[in-house]
Amino acid sequence: MNAPFPTQTPIADLQLDNVSFEHRGQALLAPTTLTLSGCRRTVIMGPNGAGKSLLMRLAHGLLPPTSGQVRWQGKTPVQAMVFQRPVLLRRSALDNLTYVLSIHKVPRAKRKADAMQALATFGLTSLAHRPARVLSGGEQQRLALARAWLLNPDVLFLDEATSALDPAAIKAVEDAVMTFHASGTRIVMTTHDLHQAKRLAEDVVFLHNGRLLEHSPAETFFDAPRSLEGRAFIQGELIW
Amino acid sequence: MIPDSDNPFLTALQLILHMDSDLFSIVTLSLQVSLVAVFLAALTGLPLGAALALWRFPGRNGVIIALNALMGLPPVVAGLCVYLLLSRAGPLGDWGLLFTPAAMVVAQWVLVLPIIASLTRQQVEALHGEYAEQLQSLGLSKARMMPTLLWDARVGLLTVMLAGFGRASAEVGAVMIVGGNIEGVTRVMTTSIVLETSKGNLPLALGLGIILLALVTMINALAHLMGETAKRRLG
Amino acid sequence: MKKTAIVSSISLLSLAWAGLALADNDYITLASTTSTENSGLFKAIIPQFTEQTDIEVRVVAVGTGQAFETARRGDADSLLVHDTEGEEQFVADGDASERQDVMYNDFVIVGPDDDPAGIQDSDSIGDAMRRIAESDSPFASRGDDSGTNRAELRLWEDADIEPNGEWYRELGSGMGPTLNTAAGMGAYTFTDRATWVAFENPQDLTLLYEGDEALFNQYGSLLISQDKHPHLKHDLAEQWHDWLLSDEGQQAIADYEVDGQQLFFPNAN
Repeated sequence: MNAPFPTQTPIADLQLDNVSFEHRGQALLAPTTLTLSGCRRTVIMGPNGAGKSLLMRLAHGLLPPTSGQVRWQGKTPVQAMVFQRPVLLRRSALDNLTYVLSIHKVPRAKRKADAMQALATFGLTSLAHRPARVLSGGEQQRLALARAWLLNPDVLFLDEATSALDPAAIKAVEDAVMTFHASGTRIVMTTHDLHQAKRLAEDVVFLHNGRLLEHSPAETFFDAPRSLEGRAFIQGELIW
Repeated sequence: MIPDSDNPFLTALQLILHMDSDLFSIVTLSLQVSLVAVFLAALTGLPLGAALALWRFPGRNGVIIALNALMGLPPVVAGLCVYLLLSRAGPLGDWGLLFTPAAMVVAQWVLVLPIIASLTRQQVEALHGEYAEQLQSLGLSKARMMPTLLWDARVGLLTVMLAGFGRASAEVGAVMIVGGNIEGVTRVMTTSIVLETSKGNLPLALGLGIILLALVTMINALAHLMGETAKRRLG
Repeated sequence: MKKTAIVSSISLLSLAWAGLALADNDYITLASTTSTENSGLFKAIIPQFTEQTDIEVRVVAVGTGQAFETARRGDADSLLVHDTEGEEQFVADGDASERQDVMYNDFVIVGPDDDPAGIQDSDSIGDAMRRIAESDSPFASRGDDSGTNRAELRLWEDADIEPNGEWYRELGSGMGPTLNTAAGMGAYTFTDRATWVAFENPQDLTLLYEGDEALFNQYGSLLISQDKHPHLKHDLAEQWHDWLLSDEGQQAIADYEVDGQQLFFPNAN
């Protein structure tokens, strides 16, 4: 399985310098410094309200930080994001894919073939002409992944991408994540599912109450978390 | 148009059955004027409404309030303004449009534009709330989001167009002033109804009203069916 | 589905456009009064003129006040109204170059058939109006600065009556709507005979007073000033003006009848 446009150059580091975020005077993220580099699978973890999704949106550039800087060290890479609830356009599955190709100026003649190939990659070929928004939750999320796939991203963000899905669909999404990674894409994802984190994480970023408490390799975090909160979280005492 | 009944429903039926060329030209002119006016209002109002939904700028609230208020603009006032504009003594007098169907299109465009722009803003703003992060993530600028949002809001916007068409086809104050109700040239359904009422020919006036209502109902039914089909198909 | 929708809307619109781009023959725009249009006179005489000259006459029928204003702004090629004083003023102001008598009919007073003010045996129009005012019987006035309205107001003035009070209702409407309202509220009203005869919703209204010389209603045709409005179709308008005054035009006016009754009496000199 090859991404349509294989990348060669190393992916630029993402650097967050003292990035903080306030909303209506309330600090939702304390000043945070973090560097994400290489072709790694980083899982952002933490209980509900820890600021995982917020950190991811800041990193992806969907939100401007209140203070601090979000910087790519080098050429800004191609990025894609898959949301908890997939936002699909009100058209067929196929048209949802040709749409992103048209945005990225892929020649018209090439679009349909590329899109069909992406559908095949994610097992959606038979659903090509179905309206995207009547697909099941799992199918919709796979379509969102297929859409991201077509962008051939250097960095893929996933925000709680499996939290509304049944086990089979979760498995499909996790497989897809591994496929992306295998093709050279850096993965940054949030999850509150400890088991999923253990299955997928190479690195862990642990947040609690809007503060970054740990950023370490997965084994280190799961075996010997440095923070009390991290330990409680792993032991299931800090749920959500 | 020779009615020989005091019953407006019978009159309407007779008018339809003996569809003479006078009535036919009045009905077609009504539809032509209103359809073209709504089309032009859509051409201008859809981008305007979408732009208002997407951009924040000083005075934006003022524009939104003004558009909402203009949705209730009395047609006769719109007609008067267009009349003064198109009259020979007015700034656009040289175009010679007064008392032509084109003048009626302009007047109805003035009436319909605020409806389409204002309701489009609401629809697009709601949809933007849902789509914003995804489209931003795909790297779309606001200008490039506009066509996507307008197309995806199409089912709701169809209803907006219908509201505009309803206003255009039902109004009489504006077309009366700028069209002049000239027989065979600018006489439409509504001005005919006013004329027949003023002649005391109430059954004929009401008969024409029934035909107008039937036409508008047919167009609405068609659009409703299209909308339902689209909704079922697109989820 | 997208393509079908686009194709069908484009074809629909081109049809609509095609319809609006009417093939224009030679035509003039005539500003005139509702009485001439509503009574059906124009429908009877204009086709005869068009047949002879190939000139179409597009009638914008409004109140006389609005007709003057339309012509003053240069929006009409020709003017046919019934307010001799106003017409002479219009010529004096330089807005028209010529005014000619074309035809006349007369005004009448109509009212509820039980005639509560008892105007049926009045000696004069002044007497009739005094009886209405003194009995406080409802009277519906156009109140729209039309030729008929102006004539009515002159008659109150001649009769030395200040028309105000509960009984005097200014409607601000054309002749037809005024007749509809008068019929609805059982009021007297002042109308030109042509509109009255052609009116189809009289209910209890009936003709109660007619015949006084003061009720004479003169129509005049005016040629709009070439100096003020050089863009107008003066040649065509002059043909229409001349035809109205010609034997043929005058005959056409005399020939027009509703229910066997002649409505307009040609009197060009």
